[in-house]
Amino acid sequence: MTPLLEAADLTKHFPVKGGIFGRSRGAVRAVDGISFVVEKGKTLGVVGESGCGKTTTAKLVLGLEEPTAGVLRFEGADLTSLDKAGRRRYRRGIQAVFQDPYASLNPRMRVGDIIMEPLITHERLSGADIKKRLESLLDLVGLPSRAADLFPHEFSGGQRQRIAIARSLSLNPSLIVLDEPVSALDVSIRAQILNLLRELQSELGLSYLFIAHDLAAVAHMSHTIAVMYLGRIVELGDAATVANSSRHPYTRALFAAALPSHPDEKREEIVLAGEVPSPLNPPAGCHFHPRCPSVMERCRSEEPKVRTIDGIRVACHLYE
Amino acid sequence: MAPLLELRNASTHYVSARGTRVVKAVDNVTLSLEAGETLGIVGESGSGKTTLALSILRLLPTAAVNAGGEMLFDGEDLLKKSPEEMRQIRGKKIAMILQDPMASLNPLFTIGDQVGEPLRVHESMPRKRAWARATALLKSVRITAPETRVREYPHQMSGGMRQRIVGAMGIACEPRLLIADEPTTSLDLTIQAQYLALLRDLQREHGLALIFITHNLGIVAKMCDRVAVMYAGRLVEFGPVRKIFDAPRHPYTRALLQSIPRFGDSRTKLTAIDGQPPDLSALPLGCAFHPRCPDAIDRCRAEAPPETGTNTGHTFRCWVAAS
Repeated sequence: MTPLLEAADLTKHFPVKGGIFGRSRGAVRAVDGISFVVEKGKTLGVVGESGCGKTTTAKLVLGLEEPTAGVLRFEGADLTSLDKAGRRRYRRGIQAVFQDPYASLNPRMRVGDIIMEPLITHERLSGADIKKRLESLLDLVGLPSRAADLFPHEFSGGQRQRIAIARSLSLNPSLIVLDEPVSALDVSIRAQILNLLRELQSELGLSYLFIAHDLAAVAHMSHTIAVMYLGRIVELGDAATVANSSRHPYTRALFAAALPSHPDEKREEIVLAGEVPSPLNPPAGCHFHPRCPSVMERCRSEEPKVRTIDGIRVACHLYE
Repeated sequence: MAPLLELRNASTHYVSARGTRVVKAVDNVTLSLEAGETLGIVGESGSGKTTLALSILRLLPTAAVNAGGEMLFDGEDLLKKSPEEMRQIRGKKIAMILQDPMASLNPLFTIGDQVGEPLRVHESMPRKRAWARATALLKSVRITAPETRVREYPHQMSGGMRQRIVGAMGIACEPRLLIADEPTTSLDLTIQAQYLALLRDLQREHGLALIFITHNLGIVAKMCDRVAVMYAGRLVEFGPVRKIFDAPRHPYTRALLQSIPRFGDSRTKLTAIDGQPPDLSALPLGCAFHPRCPDAIDRCRAEAPPETGTNTGHTFRCWVAAS
């Protein structure tokens, strides 16, 4: 079966210009040859620290950035080969929910207009159809139908995120990119939204690309997890395996840094030295080697190849 | 021995200019902290946790009024101190670290000047010695090459380094109590782990008492000895961390603990808390949590619950749990 979305060697470099003639001085390798698949009805979680390229990955998937190299295939069709109508279909099929529902909703539009705007741009619908569709969308995300006539400021953060989710659903997409969907919300509200997203997934057969820095939330939501470091995927595989028995030293350190859920829960203490280097000038060899506790000589010069061990893809010399 | 910090029915209210509208941001909070201990204050935005911390330091905006109670630090009531006496306490005996390190650093001064400033102000240390001490402090917060870093400016540092520099400023005068307001929310996970380990080492070396203000129960589980749970300006539960994680008495604490995703529970439904936190200027009658509480009884809707368990060291405000 063809996966819903497939990325092969996807790369995005941003040129950096400098000097008085604006000559190119190199490139930020934001995304550097990553490959992953999102299966139908499943969630791929992407974790990593700031600057690792997870947001650029999201933008590439949403078609907001053109890849420098590599291929994105949606339902088996290469994105670059699509004609205008095909691109339009692609854009309909992939929607997004962003982090901050205070910034992503236009304060001057009524909630009904916000939710229906994508549908009105893409389809010709009669007034009665619009009304029916709007009511079913509001019902789907658990908002009363009178919400349609109100403005975003009349809602709390959690309800606003429900509005943003309703908008992303209006075109019946098959994939939703969730970029930190709960981190701007109050703690007691987060579980509501995570539960809603899970219900919608099983009801509508949606696929998610879930980006977050809360590892427990990602592990909870995802079927597979991709761990990124400086533009590369260092480990990818079944969510529980990646979370509980990670292989790559970076993944291990990352999950060890996750906070415990109980004072007696003892986690492996791995405190990494140093910080993430600049993606403008990443270290040679394995990008992680300056911070890696199990660094070897070859890590400094040789870029590790991706190996598949027990269904988990790892890029580390330890496993060769 | 008397605790290092003891709040007795501390209340801070925000009052509108004409005095007609009152928001009880902190209402009747009683808690205590021993020297060298760590206290976590948890709550959602608007629950009053930051106002509580600022009340201890008396750094509140003018609209805030102290509405009674006592705040004993080392046996002396901070609320009775003159502004001049408070100035001598702030930074010297009680220091604070804020969430956004860039906002607490002056972009126009070198790191050395800023880390040395508390020493020059509180201990009248000459500039040169303060500078040397600042270098040592940077080293103690594990900044590499502190000799060059002291001469640099905040914009030349990464987020994690800035937060460590603010930490160095906080401990410059070896305070007895350090209040950290969401100190790691702007940091990446591995950097957060570094910073928390650093704070714990500093605490051990200097016998520092710490107050963590956070919405993250994971930080509480990892770092704290006691925890104070705030909801709508009230302290709903207070006690030793283990007791509260194992057997929370207040339904809000219980729900909060259950709503957090854990490793290994994937694909089970999270227990969500219905509704949303109340508006402090229009609190419901009775217990502020009753509209969202699964156990609410008639009494909860009419009467605010009193503090129960004051002699056990584990207090809570709940009619149902008390009966």
